[in-house]
Amino acid sequence: MDTLPPPASGESAAPPTPAQLRELYALMVAVRHLDTSAIAWQRQGLIPGYAPELGQEAAQVGSGYAVDTTRDFVFPTYREMGVARTMGVDMVAYMSTHKATWHGGLYDPLESRLAPIQAVVAGSVLHAVGWAHGQTLDAKDGVALTYFGDGASSQGDVHEAMNFAAVMKAPVVFFVQNNGWAISVPTERQVAGGSVAARAAGYGMPALQIDGDDVVAVLEATRRAFEHARSGNGPVLIEAMTYRRGPHSTADDPGRYRSLQEERDGAGIDPLERFRQRLLADGTADEAVFATALAAAKAEAEQIRTGLTALGSRPGTEMFDLVFQETTPALQAQAASWREESEHV
Amino acid sequence: MSNSILEGESAGFRQAQSPAQAQSPASTTAVMSMQQALNLALDEVLAENPRTLVFGEDCGRLGGVFRITDGLQAKHGEQRVFDTPLAESGILGMSVGLAMAGFHPIPEVQFDGFAYPAINQIVCQIARMNYRSRGTLPMPITLRVPSFGGIRAPEHHGESLEALFAHVPGLKVVSPSNPHEAYHLLKYAATRPDPVIFLEPKSRYWQKGEVDAARHDADGGSPTGAKVMRAGRHVTLVAWGAMVARCLQVAGLAAEDGIDVEVLDLRWLKPIDAEALAASVRKTRRAVVVHEAPLTSGLGAEVAQLITQACFDTLKAPVERVTGFDVPYPSGDLEDEYIPNIDRILFGIQRVLEYKRG
Repeated sequence: MDTLPPPASGESAAPPTPAQLRELYALMVAVRHLDTSAIAWQRQGLIPGYAPELGQEAAQVGSGYAVDTTRDFVFPTYREMGVARTMGVDMVAYMSTHKATWHGGLYDPLESRLAPIQAVVAGSVLHAVGWAHGQTLDAKDGVALTYFGDGASSQGDVHEAMNFAAVMKAPVVFFVQNNGWAISVPTERQVAGGSVAARAAGYGMPALQIDGDDVVAVLEATRRAFEHARSGNGPVLIEAMTYRRGPHSTADDPGRYRSLQEERDGAGIDPLERFRQRLLADGTADEAVFATALAAAKAEAEQIRTGLTALGSRPGTEMFDLVFQETTPALQAQAASWREESEHV
Repeated sequence: MSNSILEGESAGFRQAQSPAQAQSPASTTAVMSMQQALNLALDEVLAENPRTLVFGEDCGRLGGVFRITDGLQAKHGEQRVFDTPLAESGILGMSVGLAMAGFHPIPEVQFDGFAYPAINQIVCQIARMNYRSRGTLPMPITLRVPSFGGIRAPEHHGESLEALFAHVPGLKVVSPSNPHEAYHLLKYAATRPDPVIFLEPKSRYWQKGEVDAARHDADGGSPTGAKVMRAGRHVTLVAWGAMVARCLQVAGLAAEDGIDVEVLDLRWLKPIDAEALAASVRKTRRAVVVHEAPLTSGLGAEVAQLITQACFDTLKAPVERVTGFDVPYPSGDLEDEYIPNIDRILFGIQRVLEYKRG
């Protein structure tokens, strides 16, 4: 499905260069390796929990690669590690949320252009609309990219966000990763009509339903959507069809709701392997390129592990200091009694 | 004397014949309704801070169902003052994004009961974003909510949400009691870097009072503090919003029986001015807290605890609460039975005055 008008300038239509293709591959490997490492770290007790994105590397790297961090802003859920990595966010600061150091992560949202990690399903989709409308009011050309899943598409806030964005012609790209599962509930018991993208027509909004496991297709679709929104044409919806190959989180047991055979059938070919074959077939990359990417990914994950291990707890005073910009006497009194009673000051 | 909340001008404010007659060119004081005072405050806020935005359902062309935003779109333009689609979660969720983009949103929820559809955006997003983002994404959002009962409105149009919002970490809550307070508290709230829930007592929108635009508190009090609206020696009535005017009426009646009632307008329901509560009750040694909201887990309990904590040794009687009941807000025919009326407040005063230690 593709109801997005062809780009006016053709700027976004240019295919990625061989160097960009190799960079996309390296990013996917880095994300895959960090993702699988994070599960191991949870099992080893370094982090209490993690939401894996195994199988969604193409959807996340491809879309995140289209972001211009000098002017755009991205609104993630709790499963956008691949987007964060692609945007160049400090990954120790990002992963700190999974170490239970600080809810939103320790990265600076304004500098990184990535809103704090959002644990309410569909919680930040409306924020993207507000931010995007701010671009219109300020006569700027930034685009808001907001991520959510097939499960989140059931939330009323997603409807409100799409309607608001379409009414106000806000420059928003709604990026749905339809990964087939909302924890244990499959898409067919979640999305009436079978397609989130089909709903866009009701808002008078163009939509693309794409192969979310094809990183190049994802990148090209997202670039087109950005160009459309940036040119003042209003929002676009992209539904990237993919598959959550792992559990919902490290606390989940998919064996209770899907068999291994179902998992294999639903998942299809690994998007990373698929991209590797393509790069090999067209001569863009060879085994040496892949080996270099893997070595870099391993070194990077090790660095992040070292950083996370060294990361101490935040001082308890921050519980009180970061509630308001202007604190209150009651909060100051509570902070004082906490200090006195817990630190015996 | 009628018990209707719409009648009975408060003793503390002079009734004007007309705004034009009352206005004096040499003075910064004018007589106007709370609706006019709020409108004036928004007008000035929009003029003074180009990052402020006023929006909500019917806030633009219509000027709001209570006309609080009347004329603002024509004066400040459709980009600064605008109508949104009819969805409260959308309005508040959008406010978060606008605040992240450096604006100061001043959204309106048309009626108190319709803040509930936006509760996730208010409680889980607006209240926590500064914290979640470690102070990098402040939420300077001033949420105006026409609040409380007393106008015989349909269901869900007469709710008292102050305890609910005051309980949420990250929110501040304020309610003005008269036009002067409305003007100054809104202007103050709309310049704060934190989210403020601004509860407007809709039953007081049309009562007039003097507004001194140049000076909020004659005694130099803090804009975040409570305010003594009538000094007294025998008992303190603690109230906010529409109940302040009613307590001032009660104080006038009690005075005829020689009971000298102090009326403390709490103004800020979070943070509560605990020092002002203590100062008043240390003097009067008796307190009755009055609110429209249901009794159980209402803010009256918080006020009673703050008073007890500070004044336990000198209190002459347990703090009394005169409040709404633990029932859904009733239909208009019964709302005078529900909202604390003069008799019930007088009974509350009588109970603390006649209390004997067992």
